[in-house]
Amino acid sequence: MSSTTSPTSPAGILPEVPRLPDRLVDQLAFPPRQTYKQMVVAFKDSGFETCSDLCAVDYLTHPGRALPDGVKAERFEVVVNLLSLSMRQRVRIRVQVPESDPTLDSITDVYPGTDAMEREAYDMLGVVFADHPDMTRILMPEDWEGHPLRKDYGVGRVPVQFKEAPGPR
Amino acid sequence: MSDHEHHDGHDRGEDAQTEEDAEHKAFEQEEARALVAETSEGAQELMPRRTTSAGELRQEVGAVLRLPEGGFVNPGDIDIERRDDQTMIINMGPQHPSTHGVLRLMLELDGETVLRTKPIIGYLHTGMEKQGEELTYVQGCTNVTRMDYLSPLHNELVFSLATEALLDIEIPPRAVWIRMLMAELNRVSSHLMWMATNGMDLGSTSMMIYGFREREMVLAFFEKTTGLRMNHNFIRPGGVAADLPDGWQDDMEVLCDTILTRSYEYDELLTGQPIFRERTEAVGNISAEEALALSVTGPILRSTGVPWDLRRTMPYLAYDKLDFDVIVGSYGDNFDRYSVRLNEIRESIKMIRQITEMMPPGDYRVQDRKVTPPPRARIDESMEALIHHFKIFTEGFRVPEGEVYVAIESPRGELGCYMVSDGTSKPYRMHIRGPSFVNLQALPLLLRGGLMADAVAVISSVDPVMGEVDR
Repeated sequence: MSSTTSPTSPAGILPEVPRLPDRLVDQLAFPPRQTYKQMVVAFKDSGFETCSDLCAVDYLTHPGRALPDGVKAERFEVVVNLLSLSMRQRVRIRVQVPESDPTLDSITDVYPGTDAMEREAYDMLGVVFADHPDMTRILMPEDWEGHPLRKDYGVGRVPVQFKEAPGPR
Repeated sequence: MSDHEHHDGHDRGEDAQTEEDAEHKAFEQEEARALVAETSEGAQELMPRRTTSAGELRQEVGAVLRLPEGGFVNPGDIDIERRDDQTMIINMGPQHPSTHGVLRLMLELDGETVLRTKPIIGYLHTGMEKQGEELTYVQGCTNVTRMDYLSPLHNELVFSLATEALLDIEIPPRAVWIRMLMAELNRVSSHLMWMATNGMDLGSTSMMIYGFREREMVLAFFEKTTGLRMNHNFIRPGGVAADLPDGWQDDMEVLCDTILTRSYEYDELLTGQPIFRERTEAVGNISAEEALALSVTGPILRSTGVPWDLRRTMPYLAYDKLDFDVIVGSYGDNFDRYSVRLNEIRESIKMIRQITEMMPPGDYRVQDRKVTPPPRARIDESMEALIHHFKIFTEGFRVPEGEVYVAIESPRGELGCYMVSDGTSKPYRMHIRGPSFVNLQALPLLLRGGLMADAVAVISSVDPVMGEVDR
């Protein structure tokens, strides 16, 4: 369980990266949206060679989640998992993205491998990544409306008739 | 593809090594001189190529075709800087038999040479992450097991590990070892399947038959243990669904012996075969820097010489108690990816033998009635048991609030699960980091500059499973 949390770090200053014995406990960082990219660059420079994963979460129906002091909970959260091969360490960056302006800097020029992941986050949750080379849908058809993994996305249902329909009386 | 000499990497002597080092040093010095050489307009200010970051390099190479996917494209609107009018854009798939499912590629061709590529995915998208939010943790395994249908047990494993991490429970040692046994068997069957389809893509139909034949042995054992050949729902939060069948040690012995012997037959069939080597060596190269920049993991990353295997570097289950080697290649070409996978089959066999010997006795699932349903016999005797049984299968168990990212080494690379719980019995968000999905990004780079005829072999060497790519 990720019980350790670190305070938000100001731009350019990385939270302390302690060696953790349990591999399930990752280092967490909560940068504000404006300095998110700077922090990613700083992590890359400090030896996190690759970005394992990037995904977004819609906290519409679960607003009261635990966050460190000073971090204002917003509807969307973009979660980036960075991996350092040399230090055998993971770090998880969680950025709050408001509903009114769901945009975030793209980190494709830092980690080119996030190209498809950012497209997926856009496709599924509608978070727009500024300066992404190709901010288009990746899994859904191009002309699809809405973002399926949003909590307020209407899930269509096809009624299933398990028995034979009663005949006309 | 000729000037690339392929060493096997292992049989080089000490002398050759030092000689090569000296040669390399001389080359570097020569290069350093050339880069700052004096010209009529002052000294040159050049940097060696290797200082270019992977990101810059990729932008410069521009391997990815950025084009709309829809069918209504006016050729005049296409925003690509054509070097001449000789390039053409053709479409491959999604029904092409060699694209391993429903992968569609838009290829920019100059004659027979591939320039840029755009992989188009989503044809198999079934909203499994959304579905995962509607299913309880008990039901979740039946959902995730269908993602990567060639290694279903790894999907179940990562889902279960993530759930257990949130629950903060420890599972009994026997369950851990059964999980490891099944995961390794699944790696063998997945790699065998890859050998089979890769052989077929390169025109070796006999390899296809052999690969499937051996894989069927593993699947027969799965059927015996779990009841199903695929999509087992065997590894569940709290342990595994059932104990191993009687006499499983004998099965393992037969299986290990047969597959190991036959893996050496593949050597004769493919490894030493001149046509196979011609078609795989120096085709689809990727460097370690490029692979890391593109977040590529698994056999593709290891084929570039990076010894990164989560079983070794970030051990989960009880992999730290096993003795095995991490297989790496040296050139990152198709042949290296083939060798890495072939040798990983042998390593997995080695591991299965150790697991068979070291399998501890005991429970195969955690004895926590809130997580594990009670045994059938108890239900008739105890009201409590009946209530627990009913609760688990109607409501599921509640998982404390929190979020966790768990990653394991699937046959295709890092399989991650990011799970958020809001304290109810269903995951609030269940995101699977599919290794095929990420590895597919390397495809444009691997294909660039190669021949159209090699494209099929390169796609195959990436080993994409479209069920996992599209989820």
